[in-house]
Amino acid sequence: MSSRERILERIRKAQGRGGSKPSGAELEAVETYLRAHPRGTLPKVEADLVARFRARAEATQCTTEEVTAKAEVPAAVARYLKSSDLPLAGCVWPQLDDLDWKGAGLALEPRAANSQDAVGVTGAFAAIAETGTLMFASGPDTPAAVSLLPETHVAVVSARRIVAHMEEAWDLARAELGQLPRAINFVSGPSRTADIDQTIVLGAHGPYRVHIVLVRS
Amino acid sequence: MHFKARASAALADATLQANLRKFQSAGFTALRAKAVAEFGPELFEALRGEGAAIRDRSLESLDAWLDRFEAEAVRRGATVLFAETRAEACELLVEICRRHGVRKAIKSKSMLSEEAGVNEALAANGITPIETDLGEYILQLAGEPPSHIIAPALHKSKDEVADLFQAHHHAPRKDDIPRMTREAREVLRGHFLSADLGISGGNFLIAETGSGVIVTNEGNGRMVTTLPRVHVCITGIEKVLPTLEDFSTLLRLLTRSATGQAISNYVSLFTGPRGRQDRDGPEHMVFILVDAGRTHLVGGDMQEMLRCIRCGACMNHCPVYRAVGGHSYGWVYPGPMGSVLTPSYVGLANALDLPHAATLCGACSVACPVKIPLPELLRKLREKQVNRGLRPWREMAAVRLWSWTARRPRLYALATAIAVRLLRLLGGRDGMIAALPFGREWTRGRFFPAPKSGRTFRSLYASRPTPALRKP
Ligand code: SF4
Repeated sequence: MSSRERILERIRKAQGRGGSKPSGAELEAVETYLRAHPRGTLPKVEADLVARFRARAEATQCTTEEVTAKAEVPAAVARYLKSSDLPLAGCVWPQLDDLDWKGAGLALEPRAANSQDAVGVTGAFAAIAETGTLMFASGPDTPAAVSLLPETHVAVVSARRIVAHMEEAWDLARAELGQLPRAINFVSGPSRTADIDQTIVLGAHGPYRVHIVLVRS
Repeated sequence: MHFKARASAALADATLQANLRKFQSAGFTALRAKAVAEFGPELFEALRGEGAAIRDRSLESLDAWLDRFEAEAVRRGATVLFAETRAEACELLVEICRRHGVRKAIKSKSMLSEEAGVNEALAANGITPIETDLGEYILQLAGEPPSHIIAPALHKSKDEVADLFQAHHHAPRKDDIPRMTREAREVLRGHFLSADLGISGGNFLIAETGSGVIVTNEGNGRMVTTLPRVHVCITGIEKVLPTLEDFSTLLRLLTRSATGQAISNYVSLFTGPRGRQDRDGPEHMVFILVDAGRTHLVGGDMQEMLRCIRCGACMNHCPVYRAVGGHSYGWVYPGPMGSVLTPSYVGLANALDLPHAATLCGACSVACPVKIPLPELLRKLREKQVNRGLRPWREMAAVRLWSWTARRPRLYALATAIAVRLLRLLGGRDGMIAALPFGREWTRGRFFPAPKSGRTFRSLYASRPTPALRKP
């Protein structure tokens, strides 16, 4: 008998459920619950999702701004990088390669991130107003490390993708992706630690700064 | 060395006491209170009830949820292994390293790997383990175990860390925290990029999607699960949850209870290895699901303990933990949750005084996000110790003597009358007792008033004035 079988059988025996495997009825109960996937009590979120999202994201030490059309994004990113004295080169999600980065004076390569990249520009699968959180779904055109390795992370988010709670984001994922991709990452602010003297420091291992450009259109 | 001896040493350790005072005032408890107030105390209470119910649903048919998790994880291309013991978990891990030719493994925080002694097992097989959570990294340099489940190095001061970095980083000493953090970041970045294997824990497993979840602030967990070509998630079998919605509910509880954050910086769900077109992510993804004593708690009167989501709130609120720190508890898990888990995992006979390392004040169970009745469970463990004759003979004899006398009312009255007079005498002129002949340890830190009247409660009660009846 394998460790797996012994463990599962011990559980059944301890709980007074006979046999060595879950019964048909037990498995059916599991599937029924999964199909229903009921939500818990949700905290109230104001109707103005954009305002709530920005306020909460800033509370986690992100910076935010709004533009009115997607075409304005490269200029906005360039403005942000210049005003903070940051390098104008790095990597970008291949998904955002249709934007004219070069025209805005930025040298962003559409690929996964490497350790030399100072700046990583991503889109977002969704954003969550409750906590000011960005949600990323990994994929060939949305590599995970772009929001992780560079010291500066800029996220371009369409205002239409802001949902109130994580639960609505799961519904979006089920509807649009079918199944979860290899990685779902929720990001709320720059990387931080409080492991030395319980003093909060930004930029532990991930980005030192996260800038969010919201596209209202 | 047992809890009592270690706790005494901790109380006498001036450096530790200074570091603990910082922990006491820096205030996880205040941050939690603020987060709960912002969320709405009533809503938070409702959420605690839901959190407990979600954990109970998983535990009540744990095998069925594990079965579902495994089927979905395998369908998504992950390998799922089960380990009955801590030793088996290490063997499985070493075997994976061998198969993939692993020389260096980077780790994000995993309490189970502390339980199993993963680092020692890897090192013994020629594989270098590198802890990457800043707190765990500091402790790896110091060669010490963690003293808190989410702030592992809180017993270390900035100066102690600066000394460690100077000794190990071959760089001039820094004593400003952002610069120290940057120095560690740069050292660890090199390891992230060159390791062959990433080992993470798992805060939750989701049966619906076959995913593991980690909740971190530093981002090291994301590196560990993204960069190396093999990722192993090692966690306990009890961590499984049914759905993504259940996970979202528990996440609201977890981060608020732990650090008072509405959400941690990084919450990552990993499902299977990288797809054929993916540009990053591990080529192999393995789950090692470990029993190591957990099934002993299933089904019995201690099953509630398995609800634990490892938030640390119980120790943050524990007056004993706050005074003596985590190392006094002697094993991986400190504080109230540790006092229940350690005897359950390593055997009651091997952790004799842990069930007594609490005042049963109840602060832990009020803070626990999944409503684990920790004082109740500690009491049950004490009961088990007595039933199995695992208490010191003097204590057992004293209790037996007391119960023998208590069953003989006249004798009891006589004995207590004598005792109460002796106490009055002990009080001396100022009526205060500063030392008891059979309780010197107890009176070392306290004194109390002697019974002034020299009479017992029973005699005072019998002679109380009858309350005047009110006229109708
Ligand atoms: S017992 Fe409760 S309070 Fe303590 S770590 Fe576990 S979940 Fe948190």
